[in-house]
Amino acid sequence: MIFDALLIAVLVLPVLGAVTVALFPARLDRAARVAGTVFAALTLLPVVLLPFGRDDARFDPSASLPAVRPWAEVDASWVPALRLDFHLGVDGVSYPLVALTALLTVLCCAYTVWRVPEGGSGRTLLALLLVLEAGILGTFLALDLVLFFLFFEVVLLPMYAVIAGWGGDDRRRAARKFVLYTIFGSVLLLLGVLTVTATAGTGDLVVLSGGTELDKHTQYAAFALFAVAFAVKAPLWPLHTWLPDAHTQAPTVGSVILAGVLLKMGTYGLIRIGVGVAPLGAARAASVLGVLAVAAILAGALICLRQTELKRLIAYSSVGHMGFVLLGIATLTVTGLQAALLGNVAHGLITGLLFFLAGAIKDRAHTGDLAGLGGLRETAPRLAGLLGFAAIASLGLPGLAGFWGEAFAVVAAVQRGGPLWLTLAVLAAIGGALTAAYFLRLLRKVTHGPASPAVLGVRPAIAGPEWLAWAPLAVGVLAVGLVPALVLAATAGPMLALTGALR
Amino acid sequence: MTAGAAGLLIPGVPLLLGLLGLLLRPGDDAPRRPAAAVGIAGAAGSLLVTFLLLFRADQPIEFNKRWVSIGGLDITLGFSAGMAALYVALAVCVVALFVQIYSVAYLHDDPRYPPYAAQVSLFTGAMLLVVTSGDLIGVLVGWEVMGACSYLLIGHDRRLPEAPAAALKAFLVTRVGDVGFLLGVALLVVDAGTSRITAVLAHDYSTGTLTAALLLVLAGVAGKSAQFPLHTWLPDAMAGPTPISALIHAATMVAAGVYLVFRLYPLFTRSPAALAVLGVMAALTILIGALSATAQDDLKRVLAWSTVSQIGYMTGALAVGSPAAALFHLLTHAAFKALLFLAAGAVIHAVGTNYLSRMGGLREHMPVTFWSFVVGLGALAGLPPLAGFWSKENVLAEAAHATEAGGGPAPVWVGWLVWLAALFAVFVTAWYSTRLLLRAFFGTSRAYGPDGPDWAIGFEDARYTPPPVPHDPPGLMRWPILLLAVLSAVLGLAAYAPGFRSALELDEPHLDVAIVLPLVLLAAGVGAAWWLWRAVPGADPAAALGPARAFLAAGFRLDDVQNLLVVRPARALARLVTATDEHVVDAAVEGTGTTTTRLGGVLTTMHRVSLPTAAVFLFLGVLVLGVVALWSGSST
Repeated sequence: MIFDALLIAVLVLPVLGAVTVALFPARLDRAARVAGTVFAALTLLPVVLLPFGRDDARFDPSASLPAVRPWAEVDASWVPALRLDFHLGVDGVSYPLVALTALLTVLCCAYTVWRVPEGGSGRTLLALLLVLEAGILGTFLALDLVLFFLFFEVVLLPMYAVIAGWGGDDRRRAARKFVLYTIFGSVLLLLGVLTVTATAGTGDLVVLSGGTELDKHTQYAAFALFAVAFAVKAPLWPLHTWLPDAHTQAPTVGSVILAGVLLKMGTYGLIRIGVGVAPLGAARAASVLGVLAVAAILAGALICLRQTELKRLIAYSSVGHMGFVLLGIATLTVTGLQAALLGNVAHGLITGLLFFLAGAIKDRAHTGDLAGLGGLRETAPRLAGLLGFAAIASLGLPGLAGFWGEAFAVVAAVQRGGPLWLTLAVLAAIGGALTAAYFLRLLRKVTHGPASPAVLGVRPAIAGPEWLAWAPLAVGVLAVGLVPALVLAATAGPMLALTGALR
Repeated sequence: MTAGAAGLLIPGVPLLLGLLGLLLRPGDDAPRRPAAAVGIAGAAGSLLVTFLLLFRADQPIEFNKRWVSIGGLDITLGFSAGMAALYVALAVCVVALFVQIYSVAYLHDDPRYPPYAAQVSLFTGAMLLVVTSGDLIGVLVGWEVMGACSYLLIGHDRRLPEAPAAALKAFLVTRVGDVGFLLGVALLVVDAGTSRITAVLAHDYSTGTLTAALLLVLAGVAGKSAQFPLHTWLPDAMAGPTPISALIHAATMVAAGVYLVFRLYPLFTRSPAALAVLGVMAALTILIGALSATAQDDLKRVLAWSTVSQIGYMTGALAVGSPAAALFHLLTHAAFKALLFLAAGAVIHAVGTNYLSRMGGLREHMPVTFWSFVVGLGALAGLPPLAGFWSKENVLAEAAHATEAGGGPAPVWVGWLVWLAALFAVFVTAWYSTRLLLRAFFGTSRAYGPDGPDWAIGFEDARYTPPPVPHDPPGLMRWPILLLAVLSAVLGLAAYAPGFRSALELDEPHLDVAIVLPLVLLAAGVGAAWWLWRAVPGADPAAALGPARAFLAAGFRLDDVQNLLVVRPARALARLVTATDEHVVDAAVEGTGTTTTRLGGVLTTMHRVSLPTAAVFLFLGVLVLGVVALWSGSST
């Protein structure tokens, strides 16, 4: 009971916080931001307490399992005519992403208290961040298809506002492209949701998981629609072109949330809804997904080799990393799905940290151009050291978080076997080497060498709020790298059930 | 505390202390004592635990705990070390400790010493993880962390413009090898269902899978151990500080590949194809390394190419079926190569340049260093009774044994290839070792060019500043060199010690007529170099190579081949993919926007027609509807 209440609290607190912040007058801007951060921190409390509601004894392990076994659940009928129930739940698959969202939001809010980007008032930005958090948390917690779609849409406009209001020089075009492209994906998602709910008569994910309610052809159609929709969000090459501009133009906190959590909505949706609700369709489309995922890895890496701007390079690196996650999903093995879950969390932590650091470097040096930067380790050794740590984590050094997702996506492809998947494994491994190439090129241009004029003026000291924002992410990267069981703890069962539906 | 749990301290202590050291305050005015203390404590702690385990343990120590289970593949974290592994760990700890102590003096004026010491400690922990891990994923973790530390340390010196590029090259070339390594490990782990090494060694693989997996693992070995064709990073890596060259690029990291093959040897014996490939790689590497070393002007590059060649001896020994000989040579090589690099550091520290053409006549001023070089180069060339003689004889004997049918798991032609290459390289090694000694320590000093040191000419006077006389290094640098010299001298006799011999599963050394041929070649090599030196006083014996000198000095131009075959196509592909992404994929997306806008424009124009035209369209529409209604009405 109490854990069900905690679940509602997780969604309600950010909304309350957003409303509270919006009510503050303009002259109390800083107080408003502090209040918003307090609400974001309060949201962490129920999030931290949720795993204690895990009761594995509740489910009979020998019976044929549904793939969704929530630890805490809220189920209320809302609009029966639309087959929309207010059905929330958290399990081992969604919990790491919920925790990641709550963590990244509170760090972004704390960062905004300290530094507001140009373009608008800080309290509006903070309110938008809290609304975003509510939308994203709702997406991860929703166990009803229409409710999932609802929360998926809630995220769009606040993100548009964040980019268009507080972004860089070309922000309006980038924000427009982002929102139009993502709405195109959402239209397809709506079509898929309607197909499934109309055919199955229900939108409940617990019932629909395993694809038992749908016949083969509906599953093919539904998966095609879901796959394209989530491929736009994830993003999967070639549906990725909204990402570089959006990431580059967004303010620091916008980029962190966008890269850290928004992209995960796509991959999570693919696992929970794509593979969960339409497994036969997933099995049919797996090869295509795998080929596109490897294309994403290679294309992302090769394009990064040519990048000359710091944030744009990190943005394209996200395309490559999501390629590894999607490869893991495409193999449709337990190894691959677990590698995808690990890769999700790892990418969120590492790329969040990278965007924070890129924002800090751009603020200090007033340029993000690689040609203008250089020799950062001479003037700001701690900052350069952190950038090196984040870059080395991102290229998949074992011992840090990024390794598990990348390496085990390759292992999963090898495990799947057969000429196609072995070739994909080889190409993905080569993509790993290319990832190292571009990150080391980045480090060589930014941290090594003599200090460039822009870098000479860099303030070496790292402010308290910056440490506050970065340290949890750095510690998290090391922790997940050393103890991957933190993320995988309760995922074996659901993943086995998901892949079991394929046989 | 059980032996296994204690064994986890061996990699754990340096790793932890290295991480702590990285958190110390960086910057030009940071205190050096805590950093030095952390570094030395890490190496000393591991050394202590290794000693204790060596004396107390009489059988292989195993300690494994479940780390994570991904999709039914069990990954463990643990300690698994037989006696041989403990000896290798001992060698790593000893060299690491000496290098840490040496670095305190060598980098006394370097403001970035604290992160350096922490990274060396981290590296030591990673190498010990590779040596003592009981799990293939644990080996992979240590393997890659070593590569990252090597990258950070090669790029350490801010005064060298070539250092960042060299660091990048080292990481990327080894990473290319690691692509194969990951795939090979994936094949082995997927088939066995677990990554625990004891389980993998006992698993029954099909021949095809096993050969494919082992060939892929050999790619990683080639990268890490600087074997042909992935050896091109090692000479450039000499841009790193000399103690690093001693630790990483001579004694430990480059030996990690050899150690890995040793560890997985039961699998290799089941795959003659993999051993044949290893043998070809080894033979080519021995020759390329030795011949390139003859033409170098940079002291450290001679030693780097020599390392490439000597590791070729080790991989050759593995290819012909004698892992014990490979491991013995690994241990002696660690001793004498570390000695040579640390002594070279003393020379560079004293003279201020790396180039042999600017040295000369150092024997009178630096006697300790001179005799250390004599011991080190003698061990390298295989001069009895120094350590290198015993281990090289062992390798040659095993290779000769493999030339007989049924002499080893590899085909007979591999034995011939390795044996002939190794023999020829004895001559070349002796030649370049002697050339090195003569050019650096004998003759007159070439430090100031043919006209001697310059006068300092001021406005009122002219001053002759006596050139600084090179001197032997200070105590903290000298003692590691002396201790390593002692080790290089006596380590070979350890083959007579039964405990050591049984730990490595080495054959009892027997000196028979087969040692004559290598000794003759050794004498010929020394004699040839000495005769060239005497024939033209002051000239470089390498001038006798004639027009081939430039080719050999560039390492057979293999860097250019690598550039042509890998770097330029990758760059071209990157340009192509970026252009496709911008002009095809994104253009399609933007195109939908422009098309929609244009369509909207067309429809807007269509709506702006005048009233008569609109009336015509209206009546046309009525006509169409009427026809449809009539037609459907008549069909019912």
